[in-house]
Amino acid sequence: MRYSGFRVLAQGLFGNTGWQPAWRDPVPKPDYDALIIGGGGHGLATAYYLAKNHGLTNIAVLEKGYLGSGNIGRNTTIVRANYFLPGNSEFYSHSLKLWEGLEADLNYNVMHSQRGLINLFHSDGQRDAFARRGNAMINQGDDAVLLDREGVRELLPYLDYDNTRFPIYGGLLHPRGGTARHDAVAWGYARAADRRGVDLIQNCEVTGIDIKDGRVTGVQTTRGAIRAKKVGMVVAGRSGQVAAMAGLRLPIESHVLQAFVTEGLKPVIDHVISFGMGHFYISQSDKGGLVFGGDLDFYASYAARGNLPMVEHVMEAGMTLMPMIGRARVLRSWGGIMDMTPDGSPIIDRTPVDGLFIDAGWNYGGFKAVPASGFCMAHLMATGQSHAVAARFRLNRFATGHLLDEEGTGSQHNLH
Amino acid sequence: MRLTCPLCGPRDRREFYYSGAAVALDRPGAEAPPEAWDDHLHNRDNPAGVTQDLWYHEQGCCSWLKVTRNTVTHEILAVETVGGDSTAGGVA
Ligand SMILES: Cc1cc2nc3c(=O)[nH]c(=O)nc-3n(C[C@H](O)[C@H](O)[C@H](O)COP(=O)(O)OP(=O)(O)OC[C@H]3O[C@@H](n4cnc5c(N)ncnc54)[C@H](O)[C@@H]3O)c2cc1C
Ligand SMILES: [Zn+2]
Repeated sequence: MRYSGFRVLAQGLFGNTGWQPAWRDPVPKPDYDALIIGGGGHGLATAYYLAKNHGLTNIAVLEKGYLGSGNIGRNTTIVRANYFLPGNSEFYSHSLKLWEGLEADLNYNVMHSQRGLINLFHSDGQRDAFARRGNAMINQGDDAVLLDREGVRELLPYLDYDNTRFPIYGGLLHPRGGTARHDAVAWGYARAADRRGVDLIQNCEVTGIDIKDGRVTGVQTTRGAIRAKKVGMVVAGRSGQVAAMAGLRLPIESHVLQAFVTEGLKPVIDHVISFGMGHFYISQSDKGGLVFGGDLDFYASYAARGNLPMVEHVMEAGMTLMPMIGRARVLRSWGGIMDMTPDGSPIIDRTPVDGLFIDAGWNYGGFKAVPASGFCMAHLMATGQSHAVAARFRLNRFATGHLLDEEGTGSQHNLH
Repeated sequence: MRLTCPLCGPRDRREFYYSGAAVALDRPGAEAPPEAWDDHLHNRDNPAGVTQDLWYHEQGCCSWLKVTRNTVTHEILAVETVGGDSTAGGVA
């Protein structure tokens, strides 16, 4: 399926009846070189880079629902490379570079918009921490500008600068940060993988992982058994259940995170903004809706819906920061299941079962990671070696003590 | 969501602090090997269904509570103090 302005016009004249499916709907073959469990952003990107970078095309993605039905279509779409710790820093930096070439690579408009991300700070201590983070970003080769209060006011005149309890001291501007259209990322990778011959198999839930003499031999699914010498588990919030099929117990607890969108408004918020007192982040979609979110509901959950206390908390934080949004009506809220690790950082690694790989533990932040995660997971599955930028995302780092606790909140899954 | 504290009665979720799976009650002994501590601190069963976790009645009686809950429906099945008092749950 090719898209062009001309085709959009022509199809509009003929009732949009001439569009073709963007990818095939294949029947699973009995045998593949590699299988990816999970058709979210990370699974689709892994399949694409396996085909593109490593020439592995006899592979399939197995998705229990429809492509993009999980977190990839539920997030607040923030894309950034403002990490601090070695291990995270180089990985997210690599990811942002892939984002910057993604539309050309996939020949698909993912609406990547580098509108600038501003993390506000509200105390001297927070300013020091952000100054240090900005230096780490610059050392990594990315961009960061420390703004004082007046600098923030110039860009964001509508914030409440008179709040004495949470005064705005300034902000860390990450000019290359921004947003992208989340569904389009899934669709773009799906179409590009399909074109390289990858089978994308929907409505196919993996119900068992076959292991013989410590080696993976294939999977059981609701559409029959499928053999493969390599299997990647890329199922985000469901990682615990899928890993249990291989007898593994993971350092992951699943939690629900909510997000919200208002009715469409004229352009009013040009950047991505995060509040430094109380978790709140907001941007405006190209359709005009204000898209925002906050913290987890904080208790382990597999319900893709949250509870009211967090709704109230997020609204309060938003009103504290920018009272002007108080009259916008909230259209919808929803939840997604987050794979929380005890240090807040992800896992891209082999497992104790030969041929079985895992890509999980994305916490709140896996959307921006989609390109690099797929890139590094594909590298790992094809070569058996971790890619250099993902070398610290080891499954055993909790046992060895090489934790990547970006927020410094300790070994409690819901605190990251 | 409301939890029925055995000492205070039914209370809003906001009165409680969640501290994770109830594994904290099975702390490894002082002589336990490092693997036992790794498992205790980091690894979780993480069930989609009935689970047991620890909540602290921060804005009430300050008891630590062991809550039996369904992670899919948010139904509360039972609440007991770590010391032993119990109730039949709460409201999802
Ligand atoms: C409300 C919210 C806001 C967020 N905001 C941001 C943000 O602003 N920036 C950011 O970087 N990140 C954000 N995230 C995080 C990000 O969305 C996730 O970390 C990321 O999408 C997870 O990876 P994924 O896309 O592969 O997951 P998913 O899309 O969830 O993919 C996993 C797939 O596996 C499938 N699956 C599960 N079990 C099986 C099985 N047994 N067999 C077959 N298939 C199976 C599921 O159906 C699902 O489609 C947010 C998340 C949420 C919920
Ligand atoms: Zn109480």
